[in-house]
Amino acid sequence: MILSRNFLKDYIDLDENIDIKTLAENMTRVGNEYDLAQKLVPATKLIIGRVLECVDHPDSDHLHCCKVDIGNEVLSIVCGAPNVRAGINVIVAQVGAELPEVTIKKGNIRGQESCGMICALYEIGIDKKYLSEEDKNGIHILPEDAPIGKDPIEYLKLDDEIIDFDLTANRGDLLSMLGMAYEVGAIYGNEVKPLDLSHSESGEDLNNSFEVRVNTDNCSLFLARKALNVTIKESPDFIKNRLIACGIRPINNVVDISNYVMIECGQPLHFYDADRLGNVIETRMAQEGEKLTTLDGIERTLESTDIVISDGSRAIGLAGVMGGLDTEIEETTKNVLIEAAIFDSVRVRKTSKKIVRSEASNRFEKGLDANRTYMAMERAVKLLEAYADATIQTGTVVYDKANKEPKKVDIKVEDINNLLGTEISLEETLNVFAKLAFETTVNGDVITVTVPTRRMDISIKEDLIEEVGRIYGVDNIKGKLPNAPMRMGHVDKTDREIRNKMISLGLNETLSYILINDKDVHKYTNDSFEELKLNDPMTEERNTLRYSLIPSLYKIYEYNRAHYTKDVCIYEVGKGFWKKDEVYGESKKLCALMTGEYYLGLGMKKAVDFYIIKGVAEEMLDYLGYGNRYSFVLPKESIKEFHPGQVAEINVNGEVVGVIGRIHPEISKDAVYVLEIDLDKLLAKKVGKMKFKEISIYPTVNKDIAVTIDKDVTSDEIVKVIKKAAGNLLIEAKLFDIYTSAMLGDKKSVAYSLTFGSNAKTLTDDEINPLMEKIIAALEKNLNAELRK
Amino acid sequence: MKEKIEEIRNAAKNMVDEIVDLQELQELKVKLLGKKSELSNLLKGLGELAQEERPKVGAWVNEARKEIEEKIGEAEKYLKEKAMAMKLESEKIDITAPSTKITRGSKHPINRVIEEIQDIFVSMGYDVVDGPELETDEFCFERLNLPQGHPARDMQDSFYITEEYLLRTQTSAVQARTMLANEEKSPIRMICTGKTYRREDDATHSHQFNQVEGLVIDYKDKNTSLADLKGTLEVFMKKMLGPNTELRFRPSYFPFTEPSYEVDVTCFKCGGKGCPLCKKTGWIELLGSGMVHPRVLEMNGYDPEKYSGFAFGTGIDRLAMFKYGITDMRYLYANDVRFLSQFDRQDKE
Repeated sequence: MILSRNFLKDYIDLDENIDIKTLAENMTRVGNEYDLAQKLVPATKLIIGRVLECVDHPDSDHLHCCKVDIGNEVLSIVCGAPNVRAGINVIVAQVGAELPEVTIKKGNIRGQESCGMICALYEIGIDKKYLSEEDKNGIHILPEDAPIGKDPIEYLKLDDEIIDFDLTANRGDLLSMLGMAYEVGAIYGNEVKPLDLSHSESGEDLNNSFEVRVNTDNCSLFLARKALNVTIKESPDFIKNRLIACGIRPINNVVDISNYVMIECGQPLHFYDADRLGNVIETRMAQEGEKLTTLDGIERTLESTDIVISDGSRAIGLAGVMGGLDTEIEETTKNVLIEAAIFDSVRVRKTSKKIVRSEASNRFEKGLDANRTYMAMERAVKLLEAYADATIQTGTVVYDKANKEPKKVDIKVEDINNLLGTEISLEETLNVFAKLAFETTVNGDVITVTVPTRRMDISIKEDLIEEVGRIYGVDNIKGKLPNAPMRMGHVDKTDREIRNKMISLGLNETLSYILINDKDVHKYTNDSFEELKLNDPMTEERNTLRYSLIPSLYKIYEYNRAHYTKDVCIYEVGKGFWKKDEVYGESKKLCALMTGEYYLGLGMKKAVDFYIIKGVAEEMLDYLGYGNRYSFVLPKESIKEFHPGQVAEINVNGEVVGVIGRIHPEISKDAVYVLEIDLDKLLAKKVGKMKFKEISIYPTVNKDIAVTIDKDVTSDEIVKVIKKAAGNLLIEAKLFDIYTSAMLGDKKSVAYSLTFGSNAKTLTDDEINPLMEKIIAALEKNLNAELRK
Repeated sequence: MKEKIEEIRNAAKNMVDEIVDLQELQELKVKLLGKKSELSNLLKGLGELAQEERPKVGAWVNEARKEIEEKIGEAEKYLKEKAMAMKLESEKIDITAPSTKITRGSKHPINRVIEEIQDIFVSMGYDVVDGPELETDEFCFERLNLPQGHPARDMQDSFYITEEYLLRTQTSAVQARTMLANEEKSPIRMICTGKTYRREDDATHSHQFNQVEGLVIDYKDKNTSLADLKGTLEVFMKKMLGPNTELRFRPSYFPFTEPSYEVDVTCFKCGGKGCPLCKKTGWIELLGSGMVHPRVLEMNGYDPEKYSGFAFGTGIDRLAMFKYGITDMRYLYANDVRFLSQFDRQDKE
């Protein structure tokens, strides 16, 4: 909503000394932000001049050399406009003038001196959309009687100032100059002057010849009046200029009046060519598939959720959104039927979202005050009488189910001070309501506030407290810290511990988008779930919620590889989303991706391999207290995005909580390893407290053992057999060598370092040797191993 | 006799002086002082001397022996030092050559700011709570006084999955969850941080971004006035943005608070003097806040006659950009390792 200062001055006597920026800042302080506060025409050093002489430029086919009289001086100006000629009055920008696009300097154009510029209106800051064809294509020609040497902006009555507000959704009342007047008045203590609604009327009562039908609950108020014998012509300057200031293109006096009244009162009106309408106007819901050609010439197919205006049979307009082409006001229109109505805000919003958001629909969406609807109707006929030579027919046809009673809200000063943390007195409170033009009555400690119907945003006590707060001044309320009882704040730091551990393991933390392409959503997992697609995605690349984080991290890897980074070790803790058996859910996951070199240094470069990322997984699980409770198991069913020989499910206490492996070489030629753990599943498994274990004072004994064994026997299986055979004196069995060769064929050689110990005594060979024999026997018997000697 | 001992002693000393190797020195020691050495032989031969000669000669021999032992000791010490020095010299390395280490880890700047915010509020007795990102319309809008068709829903174009489910557009959704979950209806002091989603993507808006939401509810007339909200946000912002940060509260409109305020902070780029970032106003709009709307309290089980509260929220991405001087929002989500790995050290307090 753009506020025009000249327009505003019709309703309040605003102090001339308040500059527009200050007004804008003060409006901001009471809750109305602005984007722009400036003169309507921000150009400087403009003067009215008369072209005395105009000859073609000797070195150009389109330039002219002019002599322009600006009162006390005659300037030489080179002008390129096609419509410049001797004997016209023009707008001259003098040397030093600041125009929106350019600063005027004394110059020499192809050998001819030029001391200024003859201006088009768009060059001084009036948008081309407001201009006539002639003004769009050339300089502006002022009337014959324009005073030479005077300010053209003042002469054209464009000496206005504007503020472009960015209003909050609840303040529909401020979408009118009257509403603005009340708001500005509340700040500066100005009283708002009433609108002039006076007009005459004649002829037979319209109610005898015209019918208003409303066949839907989505219209609470419908008023119709007729203005006869209008003269369609250009609007007077004040109407045109105010519309331009408010961002609306002037068209003709009748159309302009409907817009002018809308800006003034906040009530959109619709004018119909009465002679093309008939004797009935009806408001109803559209029939599904009903057609209507709107005034932009587009044929629309309507839905049953659209409110339409009809002539009793066919649709002639989309209520609150756009009129129909058939009944539009034209140059030849003689009689005008005026509609002032209130349509359901939600319906209008839905329809306008489909068709077009307009000044009118915006106001319907925010809600309208029924008392203003009546006011707007009277104002419209007043202006039509005054500026379109209309004869106003007697009578208004009324359909009215609207509430026009002001709300009464009770409040105590104590309520205000408790909520705001202030010590505002009763007197100050009443003063605020007076400034807002709210009537009050005081009964004991209860103030009954009568809220004017224009303030549809106020219905409860708290709304009034907000009013007091903003007019009293939020800056006058001093901040303090709550005087609350001490309590411990709680944050679950598990996430942070996990992330810090990953960082200490050398991984960079990422923050990726959760929206991915639907073709990636089932990758890297065999889990069954329904994918979650967006109803209305912005791009196909991001149309689905991810289930696994691996596609996100793989995309990041690809991005980095494309940007010349080969060593990528990244991780993220984030959510994956799913639907299973009609239940929607999300799971917190830890995902890591590693490729390139991991150990760095002189002669120490080592590329990431399966065992490094496995080490990262184990470090994490051990750190979280799951030591000895996890194992890495080949998936029963292969996951097709993984290398079939380098993949494992992470199993904790018999449940699969994650996956680890190398991405299939068909997807990535580089060796890329990933890890993903479902943290919700993992962390649901309880971990005991950390507890000290007595340190043995007896020495441990180390024995090495090497066997040849079938290639497919896993280290886990071997360790299991060793541990079972050795019993509780074995502290650790650690693989330290795997060796395969052509000579060994289907076999491999594996070597383990075994550590024995006891808390009770020093172990002797007599105790250990039998254990070693048992171990060897068990390996031979259970795993077909052969001791290497 | 005396001369002979003298001679042995001098010869021995000369021999020790010539030794350059520890091993040879050990051998020489045996030769000079061992059981078969000349001095040992002299002692063994004492019996053959006259009674009165014996103590005298014995003393000479022992004296000589002691002197030789000392001499050998010195030589031994010298040679050991020399050997150590040579060993150390041979083991000398270039200490400026690169170290051996694993790749460098780093923490994302947004998560750094989230942790900082969490720590500030935990220290003030707030709980950090978590909520779903896949949210229902009920919690994201309805229970926050944003019924279907409410014009304020226009402010947030949302990613719907179904009519019911959507990606949360605001962490405010956690307000309703926290209030409902509190069965005793006891006072609440909580914040929630996390990802939020809106249907917009341009140079300054990412469709995925991060917010922090705070909610305080207490018995009416206790610690939950606008003044308390102002004081709380002042502490929060001064801690995040520096002690010279000023706050400006502007009345505004959010459906879940009444009254509502937008909060501007002193422009963190120019310090309030006016610059392109703050559009020459000296202020940056940073937070939304207000007193919890009685409808919201009521809908979530708190009697508005008994309780009142305040709530606030802000975007985290912009705070992170300010804190680390990040010039373009798109860096935050590109996850370029050259960007990420810059955030590899402890934050300065």
